[in-house]
Amino acid sequence: MTSYLLRGVSVLGAEPTDLLIRDGVIASGPATGADIIDAAGLVALPGLVDLHTHLREPGREDAETVETGSRAAALGGYTAVFAMANTSPVADTAGVVEQVWRLGREAGLVDVQPIGAVTVGLAGKQLAELGAMATSAAGVRIFSDDGHCVADPRLMRRALEYVKAFDGIIAQHAEEPRLTEGAQMHEGEVSTRLGLTGWPAVAEEAIIARDVLLAEHVGSRLHICHVSTAGSVEVLRQAKARGVRVTAEVTPHHLLLTDELAASYDPVYKVNPPLRTAKDVHALREALVEGVIDIVATDHAPHAVEDKECEWAYARPGMVGLETALPVVLSVLGERWDLIAERMSRTPARIAGLTGHGTDLAVGDPANLTLVDPSARRVVDPSELASRSRNTPYAGTTLPGRIVATFLRGEPTVLDGKAVK
Amino acid sequence: MIKHLRSAADLDAPTATLILDTAGEMAALAGREVKKLPTLRGRTVVNLFYEDSTRTRISFEAAAKRLSADVINFSAKGSSVSKGESLKDTALTLQAMGADAVVIRHPASGAPHRLAQWVDGSVVNAGDGTHEHPTQALLDAYTMRSRLGRLDGLKVAIVGDVLHSRVARSNVLLLTTLGAQVTLVGPPTLIPLNVAAALSPKTKVSYDLDSVLPDMDVVMMLRVQTERMQDSYFPSAREYSRRYGLDLARMRKLPEHAIVMHPGPMNRGMEITPEVADSSRSTIVEQVANGVSARMAVLYLLLGGKA
Repeated sequence: MTSYLLRGVSVLGAEPTDLLIRDGVIASGPATGADIIDAAGLVALPGLVDLHTHLREPGREDAETVETGSRAAALGGYTAVFAMANTSPVADTAGVVEQVWRLGREAGLVDVQPIGAVTVGLAGKQLAELGAMATSAAGVRIFSDDGHCVADPRLMRRALEYVKAFDGIIAQHAEEPRLTEGAQMHEGEVSTRLGLTGWPAVAEEAIIARDVLLAEHVGSRLHICHVSTAGSVEVLRQAKARGVRVTAEVTPHHLLLTDELAASYDPVYKVNPPLRTAKDVHALREALVEGVIDIVATDHAPHAVEDKECEWAYARPGMVGLETALPVVLSVLGERWDLIAERMSRTPARIAGLTGHGTDLAVGDPANLTLVDPSARRVVDPSELASRSRNTPYAGTTLPGRIVATFLRGEPTVLDGKAVK
Repeated sequence: MIKHLRSAADLDAPTATLILDTAGEMAALAGREVKKLPTLRGRTVVNLFYEDSTRTRISFEAAAKRLSADVINFSAKGSSVSKGESLKDTALTLQAMGADAVVIRHPASGAPHRLAQWVDGSVVNAGDGTHEHPTQALLDAYTMRSRLGRLDGLKVAIVGDVLHSRVARSNVLLLTTLGAQVTLVGPPTLIPLNVAAALSPKTKVSYDLDSVLPDMDVVMMLRVQTERMQDSYFPSAREYSRRYGLDLARMRKLPEHAIVMHPGPMNRGMEITPEVADSSRSTIVEQVANGVSARMAVLYLLLGGKA
């Protein structure tokens, strides 16, 4: 195993130092025989952890595979990603989650942790075998019907209670389905002008309000996926003040983009939950800084060209995000490295119970880290993405920061900004 | 001149007025024995219809033919579209055939905007989903101007299912641009929450038809689909008619000179009674005739004709 000496690196923005990686961990002592990497001007962060990634395998390998998604993740500075369950077949059995987990190990670029479905086939009728997925080789701890809301309140209550037995957590896609039938974009002035059926903010807020009360009642942990409205932030703020064990994520695109982009009718801007207003964006940014929203998660959602190159109403919702997440967050939060590490690495690892990631990069910690050049600027070119899909909303946008290298347990997955394999 | 007509918002006041003036010249042509101009000879106009709409299609077809254009009717039924060909592939096909203008009717809002990215020719929106129907607004404005002599300062009530109406959206935008004062009337479930902010701050909203009528120059009744009842937008056809339908008693509340419009097809007995639809105040048949003139003007101007 090669040793590496990161010379002159700034750990989380601190004074430049040398960081030695040996035998897969952060080491001390002489750097004899180590490959030297000139890291002057670079910032080391604990490897990023994404609690919300769609890798599309099995089922839609034309849009993404575990391998291509892993490569995109590593290039984005990630060392662990949680793969959502809405594959085909659905990841609702031990067999499917173990398959995804094994594919992740074979790719060897990031730790791929499968998320299990809450209900059989994501149909919202009957609990999937959550315990079997938890005790499988994949060791599933996060369960989500993402893409669909667990709308039945009794079923949601049961799920929240049931996973307590193995310290699981339910990640809810908060969307009251009766309020969003046929919905195409945020309900507001723009949807009225464009004649697209609206997705009202209250459809998200009502489910979050219900679910924090359910979680409080049964004493369970609850995680809210992709929070998108100012009203949701208020519901979460109150719940947290009462001591409810709820955590929440926001996507990079909800921190940067607004519903005005739909005016082009280009479905590259179609996503679920939809892009909201500038007022929502502002509230989400504040909530992320304060900690009312705990983490940034990408909701990386690759789609084949034909699923986006069509009429808005017929396009699938979703955007790729793994390779642009850190630059977007940098542009939103600025170079607040400790805050970025907290929101993109430590806290997501803690929510998921994932050990070895999100560490302080102290001597003895597993060497899961990424090196960022904060002075670099990059114009996003969809054709350069490692993801198999091209549906980025940032084409032509200049974003700050470049991921120069990523290490997974001491082995480089990215060097000089290029994937090692 | 603009290249495409995707939305009534594409038209500023001078452009809209030019189209209406040109429509007037085209209408004069309809009275002649030979109703044809050579203007668009050798040009190809494609009617790309993804929805059944015989009235709109034949109106565009008549308009293009009176300008001597070659007309190709491309309907979703019996074409490759029903075999699942994408809009983009269809667009590339029309492009390869050298379409100078594509008139598109489509159930998805924004389809004309997408199409305009894939063809070099002009795109004319003939109705897209619940978004817009700008040539309907032009023919409505033309009808109002012919009957009442002006648009500036005119008070227009648009009554019914504004939420799902492409006719309403285009009319609000165009009429406001031309100086009219629009009031939207209907049950609150069928009026978008933020409609004034979205379309034009000058737009007024009322839920009470009776109180609005005495002040109006024009009342435009929108088609209300009875299936909206299943979605609880209103309880029953009977209750809808009682509260928002235009019958003789309500029509009498209008000023003497006021006209009654409907874009068709009508639900007689639902939003409008037969007595009102067939009355001398009704412009419904005139609107159809004016549709051809307005569409002639649009094709003529978009394809580079001089006024």
